[in-house]
Amino acid sequence: MSNLLIKTENMGIQFGGLKAVQNVNMYLNKGELIGLIGPNGAGKTTTFNMLTGVYQPTEGGITFEGKKLNGLKPYQVSKLGISRTFQNIRLFKDLSVLDNVKVANHNLAKHSLLSSIFRLPSHFSGEAKMEKESIEFLKIFGLDVYKDEFAKNLPYGMQRRLEIARALAANPQLLLLDEPAAGMNPQETHDLMELIAFIRKEFGLTILLIEHDMHLVMGICERIYVLDHGQLIADGTPEEIRNNPKVIEAYLGEEVID
Amino acid sequence: MKKSKAFWGFLVLALVIYAVVQGMISGGMLDLYYQNILIQMCINIMLAVSLHIVIGITGQFSIGHAGFMAVGAYISAIATMKLGLPLIVAILLGAVISALAGLLVGIPTLRLKGDYLAIATLGFAEIIRIIFLNVEYVGGAAGMVVTNMTTWTYAFVGVVITILVIANFTNSRHGRGCISIREDEIAADAMGINTTYYKVVAFTIGSFFAGIAGAIYAHNFFIIQPTTFNFLKSFDILIYVVLGGLGSLSGSAIAAIFLTLVSAYLANFPETRMIIYSVVLIIVMLYRPTGLMGTKEITSLFKFGKKGGSKV
Repeated sequence: MSNLLIKTENMGIQFGGLKAVQNVNMYLNKGELIGLIGPNGAGKTTTFNMLTGVYQPTEGGITFEGKKLNGLKPYQVSKLGISRTFQNIRLFKDLSVLDNVKVANHNLAKHSLLSSIFRLPSHFSGEAKMEKESIEFLKIFGLDVYKDEFAKNLPYGMQRRLEIARALAANPQLLLLDEPAAGMNPQETHDLMELIAFIRKEFGLTILLIEHDMHLVMGICERIYVLDHGQLIADGTPEEIRNNPKVIEAYLGEEVID
Repeated sequence: MKKSKAFWGFLVLALVIYAVVQGMISGGMLDLYYQNILIQMCINIMLAVSLHIVIGITGQFSIGHAGFMAVGAYISAIATMKLGLPLIVAILLGAVISALAGLLVGIPTLRLKGDYLAIATLGFAEIIRIIFLNVEYVGGAAGMVVTNMTTWTYAFVGVVITILVIANFTNSRHGRGCISIREDEIAADAMGINTTYYKVVAFTIGSFFAGIAGAIYAHNFFIIQPTTFNFLKSFDILIYVVLGGLGSLSGSAIAAIFLTLVSAYLANFPETRMIIYSVVLIIVMLYRPTGLMGTKEITSLFKFGKKGGSKV
């Protein structure tokens, strides 16, 4: 079991009287690429928000590498090694592409506030290291040519890529991707699949992704969890999910039966 | 390289301005009236730039800046008048106590967002003012008599240090952390930025320099009164920052210079002064809705100039 990276036990959250998510038992082993699917409003993004500390679960717990995540703030969760992207892109729009990545690189640098204010040597070496590392990340995503452009001026597909680059720059072990292919055309989706497979291998990442594009999910995920009405209704390999009557009833419909 | 070039450029520019103005003062070309306008200008730049770090960089809408100016003014005045300390020590003391006040006010209020934060900071600034109003030790409503000790040199050195520190802060990983909070707080948090910490840091640095400005202000006139530091003063500072362009350090400094000059000129028309001042503000905002400089810095204008030049 030493391979286990993150595990949730009966995790759930209640907003007032509404049980948005309940009794979620998930686990991810190191190096796995797992999909989380479900109809709209099933609680997928809420699950992500609980895993990253944006929401605190009102029931159950989350264990990441043996440490409890309950009660930690998002920045603390991020420091432990969980990074994410957002469903509705949340880039720092008025910062340059390079600076977007540098912000996420923040915690890998050590130079202190005073060294920056007084421009001590550690400031310059620290900033130079950040710059170099951030450009490396941009190169992987083919974004280094845009490094001085404002993030808001990038085309949509590039913004999605930049969000993943930024998430990676925070040096995560677990990467949570919230609908990375939303709004992309088939060609862009295909490129994205290859990119995800590549970064996973390159950085030894564990990835959990929410996606509506079944082709993408079935194509690259090793296991899939299915949420419906805030509850896990199935989990298994893509093949098993494809043939699970409960899942078909809840969500997949004819698309996969044919 | 690029940043250090801007740094040396700024220092050289500062020295040149200082030498020219000092030469004019020694040569008798600037009388006390003009010197006073210059000092006033320096104080306003310090106030504008120190609020810029809170509103323009970190995106926290604070409208209680005059409160911290008051702390700096009164603490430094107590230091020189009651304790007999030298002016430079008094300025530093005022700034440090003001920063502490900023820390104390910032920790509880910076949990709030937007309008709520604005009202809370306004309230705190009024509390600070009313404390000074009711303490007999500092003269209460009648005010406190302070010897005129500020010279143009003090004010100018204050401006240079304020701009340098805040520019250095902004162009570092810490400043980027603050800007990311302004851009998207949830994303900043998810990327590992301790948002509470950086908001409080920015607020404290802002209060520190507002304290310096207050200390220099206190020793520029012969009396300080609590009414000087009411919410109208806070709005004046806010106007510099918004008019200069939210997020632009040079913009807030330029707006401070511009509005000090406008208001000094309008002193000749006391009846219509506030009307004309308001009209100027409205005209500027109509023609430059994002402020004089937008989010750009004056250094980026030079870069564009170079690009254009190489093409020709």
